[in-house]
Amino acid sequence: MPDAALTRSAFLTLSGISKRYAGVRALEGVDFACERGKIHAVLGENGAGKSTLIKIIAGVVQPDSGTMRLGGSQVSFATPSAANAAGVVCIFQELSLMPDLSVADNISIAAPPRRFGLIDARAQRRRAEQLLAEIGCEDVNPLMRVRDLPLSRRQVVEIAKALGKKPQLLILDEATSALTSADVEKVYAMLARLKAEGVAILYISHRMHEVEALADRASVFRNGRHIETFDKGRRSTADIVQLMIGRDIAAQYPPKPARGSLRPMLAIENLSWDRRLDRISLRVSAGEIVGLGGLDGQGQKSLLLALFGVLRGVSGQITVEGREIRPASPAAAKSVGIALVPEDRKTEGLMLPMSIADNLVIASLDAISRGPLVDRARENEAIKRAIARLQIKIGAPGDAVSTLSGGNQQKVVLAKWLMTDPRIILLNDPTRGIDVGTKQELYRLMRELADQGAAILFYSTDYDELIGCCDRVAIMYDGRIVRELEGDELTETNIIASALNIDAATADAPGAAHA
Amino acid sequence: MLDDIAIRLRQNIGIVTAVLLFSILYLLYNFAHPRGFSSAVLVQNGDEIFALAMLAMAQTVPVLASGLDLSVGAVMTMVGCFASYLLTGAADGTPLHLDIFGLQLGLGSFPGGVSGILLGIVVCLATGTLAGFINGCIVVYGRIQPIIATLATGAVYIGIALFLRPTPGGKIDEDLNWAMTNSLGDFAATVHIFDDGAASWFAPVAWIPVPFVLLILIALLVWVPFRRSVLGRAVYAVGSAEGAAYMSGLPIDRAKIAAFTLAGFFAGCGGLFLAIQTSSGNADIPQAGAYTLNSIASVVIGGTSLLGGTGSAIGSIFGAMVLRVISFFFRIFDIAPLLQPLFEGLILLAAVSIGALGVLRVKNTLELFR
Repeated sequence: MPDAALTRSAFLTLSGISKRYAGVRALEGVDFACERGKIHAVLGENGAGKSTLIKIIAGVVQPDSGTMRLGGSQVSFATPSAANAAGVVCIFQELSLMPDLSVADNISIAAPPRRFGLIDARAQRRRAEQLLAEIGCEDVNPLMRVRDLPLSRRQVVEIAKALGKKPQLLILDEATSALTSADVEKVYAMLARLKAEGVAILYISHRMHEVEALADRASVFRNGRHIETFDKGRRSTADIVQLMIGRDIAAQYPPKPARGSLRPMLAIENLSWDRRLDRISLRVSAGEIVGLGGLDGQGQKSLLLALFGVLRGVSGQITVEGREIRPASPAAAKSVGIALVPEDRKTEGLMLPMSIADNLVIASLDAISRGPLVDRARENEAIKRAIARLQIKIGAPGDAVSTLSGGNQQKVVLAKWLMTDPRIILLNDPTRGIDVGTKQELYRLMRELADQGAAILFYSTDYDELIGCCDRVAIMYDGRIVRELEGDELTETNIIASALNIDAATADAPGAAHA
Repeated sequence: MLDDIAIRLRQNIGIVTAVLLFSILYLLYNFAHPRGFSSAVLVQNGDEIFALAMLAMAQTVPVLASGLDLSVGAVMTMVGCFASYLLTGAADGTPLHLDIFGLQLGLGSFPGGVSGILLGIVVCLATGTLAGFINGCIVVYGRIQPIIATLATGAVYIGIALFLRPTPGGKIDEDLNWAMTNSLGDFAATVHIFDDGAASWFAPVAWIPVPFVLLILIALLVWVPFRRSVLGRAVYAVGSAEGAAYMSGLPIDRAKIAAFTLAGFFAGCGGLFLAIQTSSGNADIPQAGAYTLNSIASVVIGGTSLLGGTGSAIGSIFGAMVLRVISFFFRIFDIAPLLQPLFEGLILLAAVSIGALGVLRVKNTLELFR
């Protein structure tokens, strides 16, 4: 129960909210309140009920029972637009942008400025420029199609779109997960301004340091229940993690083994591509986890794609166990034992409407086939093994993979590639938007795979993760590797200093190569 | 500013390609034609282009919303059959009566004269619009995929057309036929305006064929406002990402219904003109099918993505004109008409390939699938 003082000054109050999906409990008797002029963090593992909570507040789904009050009067929103009309605006994790429409179109999509009943393109463009300027992102041309923007810019557009609706209650659901570090700062400044104006802000993030930096108050959810709400500084990070997972965790990261003799697995020499990758040389040995760090958009993703045969016009040399390879396609890369867990699991990692079982075996059909036909017995055997190995929480293997939570979906992507017995595993920010518990399972799994002889190249935007998981971290800047950090050098200070390339930063601004 | 122009050009490369392709083909045609660059040739071409251009516009709207309308040819045919009853222009009106399997129904009579013709045009266009509206409602409220829904309703509309005109027949007012299918000067002379078209200020435009003027008027008065309306924007949004459009609070159902309704209106315009041009109604099933397929080809040549979200009905008009110009070539070069489908197919492939040339420049193959 929220305490009495909290309820009195609250802007939004939920009482006794419950919701079930096809018999599965998503929320149970949730009481919750948040105030104007406060940033309120909502914490919990994936599947804790955070998403359902937000969807109910934003009018995407209707609760089975319970009541919602906004600014003193009882409300229930039948659609997202009804919620918007009442000043409740949500920035969703799944972007709500139309890729074929321009930035300006998207920002004003719900209520465009009009003249004589028709959309006034010029006013709409001015509005877009204004809103983008408000969050400090004037570099986005409002005429561009959203399709042609990189993910980080799209998220900026999404935020501008939400701002344009003049929110009274703003909900951010992992809204900074794809932003570059520079943009995150701008978004923080914008949130501080909104807070000063008296907007109530609900903030959902899996990045603890963001929550610590921003939130005035936090609520923890677990298994569809509201566990506790506390003010900033009343609970330590360890306490919070404890509340979220409700069980003890020994260490966040598995121990790194002492390094014995290393057998070189992957060697990259002078790899260049399209002004995004600049003479990159890197070695990864069997049993090693090598991190790729640096600011977002410095070529880390391109490097992984180049190794996986996705990019055309790559120059330089790639050798796997001493044999030079030139992967021309993902299929070719797969055949030499390379696996890639891609950036966007929903579009590149999974076929969402297909079943969990189909997704699991899709990359290793050769291994379970007899001639042209898939051997059903071997298939079922392989699926069972994969689910057990990664402890994927599923209903039935025949269910659509879209029914799983984000963490379990990512496990399916990883399991799919492990079934190909890869020698080299490329990971593109695999823990983005995943809950703490699953993250730790993934860390353990990575170490286990390395111990079994795989070479792992791991890109992450989370410095903490790089320090905790990696034997060595290569920091990229403007398409080059500027520094490799190892052992005691592997500290946050060193990573940040190298990421900003402090020696050469005066030459040109970060991200310029990505524009 | 230059940046903006470059962005717009890149985003409309499909339409630009279609316009260029048409311009080149049409210039070549006029050079090769013994009476090239004359009003007479232009008038003839306009008459041949109009119906397909309307159907191409009709097809564009559902395609923009990620649908496909297989009934546009059927709606055209059905409206044409209605027109062959309602636009006879008989001075004392047209008696209306139905013969349903021997059951005789008298429905009074349709007024004659000019007012009767104007009313008839309104009724015909309303019939087409209603047919489109029904398509939209079945797609939205029946939750049936557009391709199947319109396949079925198309058969129904053809059925109605056959019921109305089991054999080709009927009649269209001769003045109406003359006024609509010739130059502006002939139009003015027929309806007795601008000193019967002899006014001196009128001379510089008197050579322009009426169908082209109609095409431009319909594009400017119907399509352009629609594209700039909230509903039109919603059609593009639905075709681009339906989930995102819903989450943005757009009227998705209304947008889809509007897309099919507008398609019905455009197809009705096409059917009306075809009837006026041929002075009869004809429930020609192969012709309906051919028009439907050509409308899809026109949409593609005109730079509209079959996946929805990008493109324009203006591009489709040029797509239709490209297809038609190809058939003109057969007349002047004396090529066996049986080869026509082959050449049309090759041009379609070529046009689509030009649009896809960008693929060769993509350096990140992942972008091909986005």
